[in-house]
Amino acid sequence: MGNLFKIAVRNLLRYKRRTLLTASLITIGVVFVIVFLAVSGSFKNMMIGQITDSMLGHVQVHRKGYVASIDNLPLNLNMKAGAAEKVKSMLDKEAAIEAYSPRIKFGGMFSNFVETTNVRLVAVYPEKEFATVPLLPSRITDGEKSIKRGEILVPNLLAKGMGVKVGDTVVVVATNKDGSVNGKQFRVSGVVEGITGPGGRDGYIHIEDAVELLRMEEPEVSEIAIRLKDFSKLNRFAEKINGLLGSELNKQGKPAFEVHTWENLSPFYNVARMIDMMTFFIKLMLIAIVLISIMNVMIMAVYERIREIGTIAAIGTLPGKILSLFVIEGFLLGVTGAVIGDIAGMAIIYVINLSNITFNFGQQTGLLLTATITPTDLMTISVTVIIVSVIASLQPAFKASRMEPIKALRHV
Amino acid sequence: MPLIIAENIRKEYQAGEVSIKALKGLSFEIEPASFVSFVGPSGSGKTTLLNLIGCLDKPTEGKLVVADTDVLHLDRKRSALFRGNTIGFIFQDFNLMPVLTVYENIEYPLLMVQNTPVDERKRRVTALLNAVGMIEQKDKYPDQISGGQKQRVAIARALVTNPKLVLADEPTANLDHTTAYMVIELMKKMRDEFNTTFIFSTHDQKIVGEAEILYTLEDGELKDRLVKGGKGNG
Repeated sequence: MGNLFKIAVRNLLRYKRRTLLTASLITIGVVFVIVFLAVSGSFKNMMIGQITDSMLGHVQVHRKGYVASIDNLPLNLNMKAGAAEKVKSMLDKEAAIEAYSPRIKFGGMFSNFVETTNVRLVAVYPEKEFATVPLLPSRITDGEKSIKRGEILVPNLLAKGMGVKVGDTVVVVATNKDGSVNGKQFRVSGVVEGITGPGGRDGYIHIEDAVELLRMEEPEVSEIAIRLKDFSKLNRFAEKINGLLGSELNKQGKPAFEVHTWENLSPFYNVARMIDMMTFFIKLMLIAIVLISIMNVMIMAVYERIREIGTIAAIGTLPGKILSLFVIEGFLLGVTGAVIGDIAGMAIIYVINLSNITFNFGQQTGLLLTATITPTDLMTISVTVIIVSVIASLQPAFKASRMEPIKALRHV
Repeated sequence: MPLIIAENIRKEYQAGEVSIKALKGLSFEIEPASFVSFVGPSGSGKTTLLNLIGCLDKPTEGKLVVADTDVLHLDRKRSALFRGNTIGFIFQDFNLMPVLTVYENIEYPLLMVQNTPVDERKRRVTALLNAVGMIEQKDKYPDQISGGQKQRVAIARALVTNPKLVLADEPTANLDHTTAYMVIELMKKMRDEFNTTFIFSTHDQKIVGEAEILYTLEDGELKDRLVKGGKGNG
């Protein structure tokens, strides 16, 4: 086998310019895919991170039917205290969970005593919320990075529009699920920056204030947001938790809860899917480049070496060895292109990261592009290129191996 | 026991709608260690006959036995194995592998055809390099040596597997007379040294005289057989 490699290498070096051009083409394709994968992957991960770590969490549990009416923030579809406790006690046993945060979400009127407008509020236990969506504190641009009782974090657009500042007193008026209206004064403790996506422009109060404002006898819960230790296990976890909660039935004998991953809750999942689709098509283009360039060069190699093929066949070289000789040439071209492409691709990624390129996502500005490529992705791209190279060289190699020596020797 | 037995072998080609009778019922026998030449003008069937004996082609009709093997019934793979183990080839255009050195060209059949162990390969290649006088040039590539030297390398390559038969189709056609004569002498010397049967075709009358058995082909038919002595030519 070593001798076949030696002959293949020499044959490739015999047509230096052609070999260089073909290997360069493969290299450029590999570099393009690696850089695209790293940059688009970085953008996608950043986008998902912003959405899940700022507001949504990785998974959410609701009472059945809540999500269908989520835009109305229906208080009558909150989980009762008992039901919420059941879910919490189950979540406490799950080792995959890093943190979870029960929330009450509701709409109300916001007044600065001069003007009134509507507001959407999320009532939370601050420690649990900050642990579940760790980017929330960074969204608090003004004031304290906390949510104490009697205090409110006002969305920045609302604060700007209403001329509200940290330390001001405001009133929130809300209607509870029975139709009873109640109001409560809050001190503005901070201004929270909006983010793109559902719930991205909500204000925050302490959950006990919400219980008081909405005159709940015991704290009900609109949703429980969950953060996982390992995001890559999202779907497996969601399936598991769905199975566990699926056995909890309501009075109608139907499932009492519904479990959704961030993908079901955010329209940006479609953007993430589009990025995946684009990556897929870029990979297809790479395969086409490798396939066509290797096939072209191998067809030429076979055509130009017909007499040589005839000679080695005449002196007794078995067809299998002739086939191997050409397949190895294709394989070596693929390996060369893949290895150089990997190195060049990683070098470009390094330069991109050194350049501190920033981009904007929704209202977030100055997000730093951190292009990364995993060893698995590198390996997948390289192996794909090499396999495609071998496949591309099979047809010309097969043709060479099936050549009649007598006809090949006569070739001019 | 003859090395080659040919009985009434015919070969027809189809060129478009025209059927060309290249060989018209040839019968002959060639003994081991002979030094045989097939002569005749272009188109007389020399190359076709050598291709049949070399198992590169099959006769349309007749019986052809080479080294106790009925070559008519060999499939593609067996045919390649048979050629690799029994027959050596010398080509008019030398047909050396341009990417291999002189040494590697001679070594090639042992390496790629017979899978000979490394020590044995080295021994045989070195012996043949010495025998054909190319030991000093062993690391050169074919494009760095002359035509005569290339043909010497080709002779060494043909002999390296210890074949029973070496076929040479117009081996001197691309050489000047002096070199051609030296090549034929070398082939004869190799025959003496290795007891290998050499069959070559030529239309060069000056070279023809070196053959010990001379078959004259004309228009696909054997016209004459001339024996001038030599080994196994009783």
